[in-house]
Amino acid sequence: MREFLEGSQAVTRVVKLCKPGVISAYPITPQTHIVEGLAQMVADGQLNSQFVNVESEHSAASVVLGAVATGVRAYTATSSQGLFYMGEVLFNIAGLRLPVMLTCANRAISAPINIWNDQQDSVSMRDCGFIQFYAEDIQEVVDLHLIGYRVAEDKSVMLPVMVCMDGFILTHGIETIDMPQQEEVDKFLPPYSALYKLDPERPLTMGPLVDPEYYMEMRFAIQETHKEVIKLIPQITAQFFKVFGRQYHGLIEEYRTKDAQRVIVAMGSVCGTIKEVVDELRAKGKKVGLLKITTYRPFPHQEIYERLKNIPRVAVLDKALSLGSYAPLAVEVKAAFFGKKKQPQVISSFVAGLGGRDITKDSIKEIFRLLTAKERACEFIDLKPELLKETYE
Amino acid sequence: MFGPLNVKPGTSRNNKTGSWRTELRPKFLQKDCIACKMCALTCPEDCIEGAQKNTFYCDYEFCKGCGLCAFICPKADITMIEEELKE
Amino acid sequence: MNRQLFAPGHTACVGCGQSLGARLVIEASGPNTIVANNTGCLEVFSTKYPESSWGVPWIHSLFENAAAVASGIEAALIYLGKKDTVNVIAQGGDGGTADIGLQALSGMFERGQDILYVCYDNEAYMNTGIQRSGLTPFDANTTTSPAGSASSGNIRPKKPMPEIANAHGIPYVATASVGFPQDLQRKVKKAVSIKGPKYIQIHVPCPLGWRHEPVQTAQVAKTAVEAGLYPLVEYENTRLIAVRKIKPSPVEEYLKLQGRFKHLLNNPEEIKKIQEIANHNIEKYNLRVTSSEKNLSTEC
Repeated sequence: MREFLEGSQAVTRVVKLCKPGVISAYPITPQTHIVEGLAQMVADGQLNSQFVNVESEHSAASVVLGAVATGVRAYTATSSQGLFYMGEVLFNIAGLRLPVMLTCANRAISAPINIWNDQQDSVSMRDCGFIQFYAEDIQEVVDLHLIGYRVAEDKSVMLPVMVCMDGFILTHGIETIDMPQQEEVDKFLPPYSALYKLDPERPLTMGPLVDPEYYMEMRFAIQETHKEVIKLIPQITAQFFKVFGRQYHGLIEEYRTKDAQRVIVAMGSVCGTIKEVVDELRAKGKKVGLLKITTYRPFPHQEIYERLKNIPRVAVLDKALSLGSYAPLAVEVKAAFFGKKKQPQVISSFVAGLGGRDITKDSIKEIFRLLTAKERACEFIDLKPELLKETYE
Repeated sequence: MFGPLNVKPGTSRNNKTGSWRTELRPKFLQKDCIACKMCALTCPEDCIEGAQKNTFYCDYEFCKGCGLCAFICPKADITMIEEELKE
Repeated sequence: MNRQLFAPGHTACVGCGQSLGARLVIEASGPNTIVANNTGCLEVFSTKYPESSWGVPWIHSLFENAAAVASGIEAALIYLGKKDTVNVIAQGGDGGTADIGLQALSGMFERGQDILYVCYDNEAYMNTGIQRSGLTPFDANTTTSPAGSASSGNIRPKKPMPEIANAHGIPYVATASVGFPQDLQRKVKKAVSIKGPKYIQIHVPCPLGWRHEPVQTAQVAKTAVEAGLYPLVEYENTRLIAVRKIKPSPVEEYLKLQGRFKHLLNNPEEIKKIQEIANHNIEKYNLRVTSSEKNLSTEC
């Protein structure tokens, strides 16, 4: 059914369709509309879930950990500092192999404090073991929650999923979207059946102390499972297409990359802007394109290699930093060509949109313009040099 | 792939902590026992069993020789004796 | 014999008060219990992969979040319609409870969740090597509150955790001691029979950290109670309903058993300060047995 919905409202609707037994969250801008909406659904008797109001994100993550460990589907959402405060628990959830669903309303990290969008929060959590999806628009946000639960709860996976949606841009933006029906969702997403759970009928010990004799294998198993997830996601999205009629590759999306000479690689809502610019430039005869990365963890190295190996010039757009090194997404795109003969002549790296600075069509055009034979590392777009003159001597 | 993850209940019994005893072991005299069960209740290893008077004994496979049972026994019906050295 | 809920073979130190306390708690709560455990000695010595002492479903996540993990378990059980038949216990050491885990614990109390929280109070961070915690007693010598020529040990008294728990208005708060195992188990049974958040703090001597002989664990625990330094109290709906009456013994009787107080034995001024703490407890909780209450002192 086509509906005109705010991004956060759309998330509440799809979460409701997934029937989580336990929801727990702590408020943080710009995630608040999601949890307020879910709380209202529970209050109105529309959603049969235990809504646990906690005193911190650390506890929100711990509550959903405990719920999934007890064999019940669970949901949480956070952003920015909240995601960082959860950080310790996120590693733990993945290590315990519990398929938690988390929506991250992407927001900048303090200091300086800033409530607006970039992707520093979730990108910084890239090593925690969560599967990470980045959505371009609200429809994709909705669909990635359904796909996410299916992937997470697959008995060969049992890993948590984070669906990343750009704060304000997607959480507070409004779109007409196709909201799935309950019968369709029930067909696609069966009730959660745990491989292992806390049950007095069949006691077991979860989260034991693991010494050097066993630790490496536990971590290796997660690493290997992520490789299997790479193969599984396109299978799940194919099933998704059969039920809902919307087609996703799941790992990446190519936009006018065939015959392209210059391609931008990016994640999240900025891909919408890039597509517009690509169309404009294509209309003028410029051979440009976009490679959107939907699945950031596991990182689809092989797909990126295949799609970009014949592209002469590639620009990687990061909305996050790895302070003191190159930009994180750029490093990983470069790594996709590690040891390969075929590769782009240039892989340049650009940083834009930090702390909510608009990435306009002009910003994207500037990236294409700077994508010359000279390789650029961590080039900031739309920087205001006049603000850098402040001194404290 | 999962590898090591969860553990089955009660499997610590594979670890025979009785080998920790170096000096003393409890001897259950089974003479003046009143079946108060304080020895079983106070054993940190949960390795003392018994029901009726003068039936209590400990499982030396697990007893670490702490001596709490002998200390707590109101009838002094448990004494700590020299560990027999077996080689 | 019923299924063993805390099996032998764990690697707790000889005479460990916490292993004794943990067994007494789980036996009192019974097989229909799910336990969430903070990081600490108990988790380490009872679940070293691939072995576990636990006969009940048990989970360890992190140092400070057992109360929150248990909250998720409780919510899941309510969702499944199983809460009425399963007890949920969150447990941890004194550091995991009173310091790093206090926020999660306060949240659990405030939400009114049907969980028993058990704090095994061995009065320092034993798992990491006897560092001071918020529940380390006044003047105790620990590795981060060492006694020296300019210090007589830990400079602060214990954080009043039972009162902090009570301030949340929860239905049941008690202190217990492994020196009084039946009393301990009675309190656990009572706690799990009450709906809502419950808090029990158990004094568990640590032979390694307190530097006493393993065989003295029960004696040390009892002496703490009898000196008035670890009052055994019981609150229902924040009202004090029972205390263990004592004929107070001088605090030296307790201090002299333990190496962590050895530096005080020729320091009457410091001992006097500790005696004042005991006297304050004795007065506050009316611990002193009167002639008409003779029997109460032996009820447990």
